[in-house]
Amino acid sequence: MAVVLPTRGSKQRDSGTAGGRPGFVGFLRRNGWNLVFLTPMVVLFLAFTVWPIVASWVYAFFEWDGVEPLTEFVGFDNFREVLTDPLFWNAAWHSLLFSLGAIVIQVPLALLLAVLLNKLWLRGRNIYRLLIFLPVVSTMAVVGIIFRILLDPVGGPLNAAVGWFGIDPINFLGDNLTALPTVVAVAIWHGIGITLVYWLATLQTVPQDLYDAAAIDGANARQTLTRITLPMVAPLAVVILALTFQRSLNPFDLVQAMTAGGPGRATDVEATYVYRLAFGSTVTEHRYGFASAAGATFGVLVLAVTLLLAPIVRWARSLREDRQAGAKGGRT
Amino acid sequence: MTLSTTVRRKLPHLFLIPLVVLWIYPFAWMVSNSFKSETEILLGGAGLIPEEFSLDNFEIAWEEANFAQYTLNTILLSVSVVAIVLFVSATSGYVLGRGRMPGRRFVVGALVVTMFLPKGYTVIPTFILINGLGLNNTLAGVILAESGPAHVMAILLFMAYFAGLPDELEQAAIVDGANYPRIFWSVMLPLAMPVVGTVTLFNFINSWNSFLLPLVFTLADEDLRTLGVGMLSFFQENSTQWGPLAAGACITIVPVIAVFLMVQRTFIEGIAGAIKN
Repeated sequence: MAVVLPTRGSKQRDSGTAGGRPGFVGFLRRNGWNLVFLTPMVVLFLAFTVWPIVASWVYAFFEWDGVEPLTEFVGFDNFREVLTDPLFWNAAWHSLLFSLGAIVIQVPLALLLAVLLNKLWLRGRNIYRLLIFLPVVSTMAVVGIIFRILLDPVGGPLNAAVGWFGIDPINFLGDNLTALPTVVAVAIWHGIGITLVYWLATLQTVPQDLYDAAAIDGANARQTLTRITLPMVAPLAVVILALTFQRSLNPFDLVQAMTAGGPGRATDVEATYVYRLAFGSTVTEHRYGFASAAGATFGVLVLAVTLLLAPIVRWARSLREDRQAGAKGGRT
Repeated sequence: MTLSTTVRRKLPHLFLIPLVVLWIYPFAWMVSNSFKSETEILLGGAGLIPEEFSLDNFEIAWEEANFAQYTLNTILLSVSVVAIVLFVSATSGYVLGRGRMPGRRFVVGALVVTMFLPKGYTVIPTFILINGLGLNNTLAGVILAESGPAHVMAILLFMAYFAGLPDELEQAAIVDGANYPRIFWSVMLPLAMPVVGTVTLFNFINSWNSFLLPLVFTLADEDLRTLGVGMLSFFQENSTQWGPLAAGACITIVPVIAVFLMVQRTFIEGIAGAIKN
């Protein structure tokens, strides 16, 4: 095999015709090693990324239990059934609440914490950051089980504390009303550490001069936050929102361990709903086709929501540009 | 309200200290209960310091509940996945970052696009594939299922890093008679240790904590379970044995937290850096 020497600024090599024979053989000769090095990734990519995406859509059009050959083509029936299944919408609604919790509670809360922990004069800020981050690296399933015990109405510490205030024990995970908020709260406890780290990194991109100028002008904390910090971090804020949103889409580990979607289906989310259809032990017949359709439908829903939010991204970007222009031109 | 600066600067701690104490209470509870004897737990002491230290819970978890096996499985899984991911993303990152190959951009584009496509339940086709390879209910199956899907972040990280390395090193190596793989292995890869570190860390923690894939691929064989899955099944069978459960939780969480604490600075900074890009 010819040795390919990757070099820069050499137009000849990049055009693919230099170095001897033209055509396919020449291409192989010049890029032999490149292809060899690329192959492992490509093979795995095709097998474990591309194939599953394609296949999951194909399966959605069949009624299939995974054992017999794939013969029962049912067209859009699965999709129709999914869209009319109240349990699907129940799970979708809960998934939405999970994501809302992440966006509306986790992100702003993390920002406030970050602003606090960003003060250079605060001693031990790295320790605080570290401790808050600790849940992030903990196994979510184990977290779920521990909280299950902690929240136990019979002997759990939390209800013991509640008892000190003279209130009756609350069945956090067993009561339809409190179950989902409780699970969402635990999810936030688990994930806020990473959002905090993102915010800290983001806050450090705001130039100190802006803060100094604001201080000279006599701005108080709230004004500084809303008029300077927020607009300046807006584009990165969108990234943080997107990342946190993405993480909130699949709380399978936590929900499955804490409640398995119960009580009843009060904490069922998309991930547990589909899992139950495909692999659940309570299901006598595995409906892989239907489960795939449910997953695909949810994926489309999420995509639709994401696209709807695109204009907000553009607006956020423009905020930062205005702010920067104002800062440069406005102050004398 | 005019307070002296010193006092004002102490104020946040008034809020932060109770916060973090409550924050890490679950961990404290977990550690404390793993060392409490059964009688002490039954008596319902809310105190965090056990009155009599007992290792019984760990024994029960380790032997009766099979956590020894689960730990072994989890270690095997994590190490293997990290090795495979490193291999695949370093090699492809190298090509995409430094190899002047036509079609590079297409490959990168394809990788990124797949992250945003609506997917069905991709676990099912993966399951079918692994099953078809005869690897269902084997650890190899889980390893493959976890390391297989494109780790786009890792690939991009390697790609960017390799692209930024100076050409002179390469030229020098060529002059010394090195060929492509040798340049990669002896010159470029050693320089990419920061990325190797970050990718290793992320993927180790991810695999150690993974739940869905091990759950799906070891449904039938108990001995193959990983710690997370084992923890859940132990709970489902004896939900009232808080002591051993807490011990099991320690066995599952403490290693990964220990690893994290050792390298936390690098880890957190790695995340912060990624977000800026």
